[in-house]
Amino acid sequence: MSIQVRNIHKQFGSFTALDDISLDFPTGELVALLGPSGCGKTTLLRIIAGLEQADSGQVLLEGEDASGTHVRERQVGFVFQHYALFRHMTVFDNVAFGMRMKPRSQRPSEKQIRDKVHELLNLVQLDWLADRFPSQLSGGQRQRIALARALAVEPRVLLLDEPFGALDAKVRKELRRWLRKLHDELHITSIFVTHDQEEALEVADRVVLMDHGHVEQIGTPEEVYRHPATPFVYGFLGSVNFFHGRVEGETVRVGEDVLPHEPHDLDHGAEVVAFARPHELEIVTDPAATEGLAAKISRVLSFGVTARVELDGVNGSTGRHFEVELTRERAETLQLSEGQLVRLVPSRLRVFDKKGTAA
Amino acid sequence: MAGATTMNPGSAGSRGLTRFEAKAATRESPLVKWTILGVSLSFFAIFLLMPLIAVFVEALRKGWETYLTALTDPDALSAVKLTLLAAVIAVPLNLVFGVSAAWAIAKFEFRGKHFLITLIDLPFSVSPVIAGLIYVLVFGAQGWLGPWLAEHDLKVIFAVPGIVLATVFVTFPFVARELIPLMEAQGREEEEAAVVLGAHGFQVFWHVTLPNIKWGLLYGVILTNARAMGEFGAVSVVSGHIRGHTNTLPLHVEILYNEYQFAAAFAVASLLALLALVTLVIKSWVEHRAAQAYKVTEDAS
Repeated sequence: MSIQVRNIHKQFGSFTALDDISLDFPTGELVALLGPSGCGKTTLLRIIAGLEQADSGQVLLEGEDASGTHVRERQVGFVFQHYALFRHMTVFDNVAFGMRMKPRSQRPSEKQIRDKVHELLNLVQLDWLADRFPSQLSGGQRQRIALARALAVEPRVLLLDEPFGALDAKVRKELRRWLRKLHDELHITSIFVTHDQEEALEVADRVVLMDHGHVEQIGTPEEVYRHPATPFVYGFLGSVNFFHGRVEGETVRVGEDVLPHEPHDLDHGAEVVAFARPHELEIVTDPAATEGLAAKISRVLSFGVTARVELDGVNGSTGRHFEVELTRERAETLQLSEGQLVRLVPSRLRVFDKKGTAA
Repeated sequence: MAGATTMNPGSAGSRGLTRFEAKAATRESPLVKWTILGVSLSFFAIFLLMPLIAVFVEALRKGWETYLTALTDPDALSAVKLTLLAAVIAVPLNLVFGVSAAWAIAKFEFRGKHFLITLIDLPFSVSPVIAGLIYVLVFGAQGWLGPWLAEHDLKVIFAVPGIVLATVFVTFPFVARELIPLMEAQGREEEEAAVVLGAHGFQVFWHVTLPNIKWGLLYGVILTNARAMGEFGAVSVVSGHIRGHTNTLPLHVEILYNEYQFAAAFAVASLLALLALVTLVIKSWVEHRAAQAYKVTEDAS
């Protein structure tokens, strides 16, 4: 089922949680709502589910306005961050709950319920836990049970609120892969909320980036990572170096140094923020070089596949820290040492003017 | 007062204390230890244990026969009946009220919520005598509704309805006060999950909310019952002390005492003391069960 939200606005007192949000979630896609805490992503998810009421705007389910539809008639599956399993019921009863709550005329027989529960528990690979209570399960198991419970009522949409947020890193990674696989089998329209960029990029078909109640960018994981549309997205996805400076012809002046910059249409003298990923910075050791930003190496970390160099700014960018990523071989040829003065030259520089518009 | 009536299942941390005491490095000197123990134990013996023993000793001083006669006296039996009647009406009423108030306060946001919480606490902060007086002023012969009641031949004050009303009033906060912190701590996620899964309001309450609060609820009911049966002040004002008609057990004890029938007074008092002991046993058992349920919840979160 497709989901559309139209001009959703939500206010909590003087705090604007969602400011005129319009989004389309096509049928069968797995979409991530990504953003820092307090950006409104969970509120949006709860509004779609009907657990929260928007101040204005519409939620369309399959093209129909759902504003007047009660939560229990929306046929959504909702997975909570802290599982919200019924603590006094066994795993079996938890999963069977939705079916048992149906009006008598639509309620399946006890045998049908039993078969369905076992089918779902097999799907989440936890059939052997049917008689346990939630308190006897690990976090990852609980979340999988919560998912089975949500699927039991055959929802048309699956909404997941920070589903892996309360789990430790290793389990989180496992469940991520597992969720993707499950989605490929079921093809149910799903939206999941997360503040973890890695999770969003790895699992989702599409990523919606949100900040302060606004949508910053929508796109496939590759699009949003490779072509961030705003400074916020640049800073939020992956590590990044940024420079405050002013446009001077074909260059950006940062303090006393200049950074080369591809052709652009920014006005001469415009105040800008320039971004470069750690692997997009080149280290120049030649003391005679004049181009690039002067910096002093503070640490060289070369234990991984790539080497990471941490630098402190000098000449006007004092107090700023930069990070460069390069191959181990390259680091060895350069013979970098701590305390050495070098220059940083970006191979690719993305420039935004101060208001955040792309150049 | 509210603090004294709230169950504290988290107090199961005694294991840590034992370990603290067992280690020589963290142990207090024997002098300090025995002084503290001595002071608290003698306080306990003088102020709690002695009166309790005194009640039973005095009650049985003139032998079993006098004891049984005092209890089977028609006036005493009628007092027992009235006390039970007041409790039987007050407890279910406050059960229903307490659960609905706690449900509303803990699970929903609305205007005037704090005012409602304050209002629920009112019977705790108002002297029981004042509480009784309020009913006399409202329902008494000279009160607001007095003439109307007299016209329709309805008696509230100096009759059974007044006693029930006063009892309901003083026991008002127990169930709600017990449940509000418990329900607030549990949050509303489970209820939300149930609604999303298609459950109706009553189904949510019956299948999700109620099982989660049952031990706290039982605890509140026990406290309500104990207070309903033991209430003296408010009931004393509205009762009129008509023997065999509007006397509850505590009032009956007072009358007997004032008439110098000490053995009989203590005999009836021993009934109330027994009731208190039974209540304490049930209360400890409920606390124990609730602590276990609490532990399970702790593990779950």
